[in-house]
Amino acid sequence: MATVKPRLYEESKEELISGSEAVGIACALADVDVITAYPIRPYDTVMQYVSRLKADGAFDFDFIIAESEHSQFEIVKHASAVGARTFSGSSGVGWFYAFEAITVTAGLRMPVVAMVGNRALDDPGAFGVEHNDAMAVRDLGWHLYWVATAQEALDMALMAWRIAEDPTVLLPFALSCDGSFLTHSQAIVQVPSQDQVDRFLPPYKRGTLQLHPDNPITIAPQVNEDWLMEIRRQTDEAMRRTSAVIRQAHEEFREIFGRGDPSPFIEEFMCEDAEIILVGMGTLAMPTRVAVRRLRAAGKKVGFLRIKFFRPFAAEEVQEALGDAKAVAVIDRDYSYGSPSGGGVLFHELRSTLYPLDKRPLMLNFIAGLGGREVTVDDINMMTETAQKAIDTGKIEQETTWVSVRE
Amino acid sequence: MATVQDLPQITGVKNIPVEEFYNSGHRTCQGCESALVMRLMIKAAGQRTIVLGSTGCMYVANTTYYSTPWVVPWMHTQLGSAGSAATGTAAGLASMMRKGKMTQEPINVIAFCGDGGGVDMGLSAISAALQHDEYNLLIICYDNESYANTDIQASGSTPWGANTTFSPTGKDIRIMNTKQKKNMAPMIATGHPNMRFVATACASYGLDFNNKVRRALTIGGPTFIHCIDPCPKGWDYDPKYSHELGMLAIETGLWIQYEITDGELILNGPSRAIAKGIRKRKPVEEYLMRQGRFAHFLPEDIKFFQDKVEETWEKWWIPGLIPITPGQDD
Repeated sequence: MATVKPRLYEESKEELISGSEAVGIACALADVDVITAYPIRPYDTVMQYVSRLKADGAFDFDFIIAESEHSQFEIVKHASAVGARTFSGSSGVGWFYAFEAITVTAGLRMPVVAMVGNRALDDPGAFGVEHNDAMAVRDLGWHLYWVATAQEALDMALMAWRIAEDPTVLLPFALSCDGSFLTHSQAIVQVPSQDQVDRFLPPYKRGTLQLHPDNPITIAPQVNEDWLMEIRRQTDEAMRRTSAVIRQAHEEFREIFGRGDPSPFIEEFMCEDAEIILVGMGTLAMPTRVAVRRLRAAGKKVGFLRIKFFRPFAAEEVQEALGDAKAVAVIDRDYSYGSPSGGGVLFHELRSTLYPLDKRPLMLNFIAGLGGREVTVDDINMMTETAQKAIDTGKIEQETTWVSVRE
Repeated sequence: MATVQDLPQITGVKNIPVEEFYNSGHRTCQGCESALVMRLMIKAAGQRTIVLGSTGCMYVANTTYYSTPWVVPWMHTQLGSAGSAATGTAAGLASMMRKGKMTQEPINVIAFCGDGGGVDMGLSAISAALQHDEYNLLIICYDNESYANTDIQASGSTPWGANTTFSPTGKDIRIMNTKQKKNMAPMIATGHPNMRFVATACASYGLDFNNKVRRALTIGGPTFIHCIDPCPKGWDYDPKYSHELGMLAIETGLWIQYEITDGELILNGPSRAIAKGIRKRKPVEEYLMRQGRFAHFLPEDIKFFQDKVEETWEKWWIPGLIPITPGQDD
């Protein structure tokens, strides 16, 4: 007595929607089975949207209002174990409240898809975007992707289930969306038709890993030093395998939906022959692109590289994109207190990526836009000037610079 | 509400199913009553059951890689997640069955937790799970009155005065654990209007427990059973006395056996006889002095303990359940 699947979009069409709404529509198109919600700004707009879809009969799923973020993520983890397609999400300290559950979700290889509405880690209270919340899963076996537009949020949500649920991968997927700039800002989005999505996204099948009386397995018995290292290695190999799965999914996505960058991992903007390349993630791509375009018009050889997948990190592609630059200016919307040169997480990742190169560019780090402070075109210009100065003098005066901060 | 399995009440020990779904392979201590709770629980529930086990003795000692005792599907869940594990599993099954992604059938969902996982850390998740009357799920708290897996540390369910590794008896302080054991099952029963069945149990009364599990699984919606489990390691006694201590806990009136169905309370076994005045409560000293964890008690401590039991039976509005008395004006 299966219910008839509601069809939200018979035809592909344009909608003026926010990033959160775009992810909510992706949930319906993917026919997610279990969604868990708990309120925290700014991610929870996606939950308000899907609950409305349920109330209106446009999307059939089990909606569980959990009593905490920890339960939110434990519930989807267990729903995923019995074979249900799942979605959850959080922001800032809420994401951290769920951290035990988030950790074991990857350890258990449950392909949960989560939206992180990036938010500063309180205290003191702050609603605005910072990337440290989502960044915390970088070492745990989660896919970690930074979205720049509402269109990309919808597209990547569909990609997320496809990649995470691939039987050769089975690793969860965190879709990072900058708080407010992405979650609450409306843009024109091309919503695909249900048929397109059905062609792209196969059903989630756990096979012999499914917890069911017909398949009476024991999941996560105590292993200790006897087996843990082998199991960690299996997870590592799944993470290595996912790169090929991502490429394949990306190619099919471009074919079926007719859009997408050349690479699923990075976006290169005017990087060709660039002497200075700015690197960043998420919505700061917008002011950065504007600044780069103007600088190019003024004859400066400047480009912008947007890192999309932070995990898996496409080291080779990044090396290729940055290898010929004279200076690389990394914009971090995060920080790592006490880290080498007091820099941000992205900066360290890039320095580590570029270290094996024979000819290494000068590397500068800019901490910007914390707590949701705007990153402006002027800020980007300042970063470019600083990088130019380093090229001209051949030395870096200051590795890490806090941008537009009151001293 | 999803349909339930046909699991009739078992009339007499000879009719208990012979099939075992909790088998050899576990490494629990000699005389472990919690292991018996597991065995009896799944015997009553049967093969079409998914069991979720939160961290604790019944995870670490029970479920070693390559030697699981579980014949039914079993999955570990985090220490505070018995409620969430049950909810997630039931929700996943319900959603997929409704949408035609899985064959329709009633599958029992049972999540268990120890007192640390249930009475302490997992209380809020259990409470949330018990609000979901659209799902059939049973949460069993096996209460051995300490964090017995990690070295016998005091929990919110450890009795007053008990010697644990977090509440040792020292030169200066005799009674380190001054907390009273939480009144768990009544807290669950009074606080969750969506649920239809709450019970207490003890593996010393196996058939009673079997039938409570079956009643919980067949009444529909979320249900809860709280078991008292004597623990040779944590309570410090010879393992052969586990059953006897379980019986003593009830015969002294310290632990009360009951079931609450749709808000109606029925006392079971010795607790019923005590309430009806057919049987006298044994002095609590007989129970306490059999256990090393109370060996440091002075007569005044035993009296304090006994007075608390008296209060439970004589003063509470509903003996053993509701620690409230009518005010002067009523």
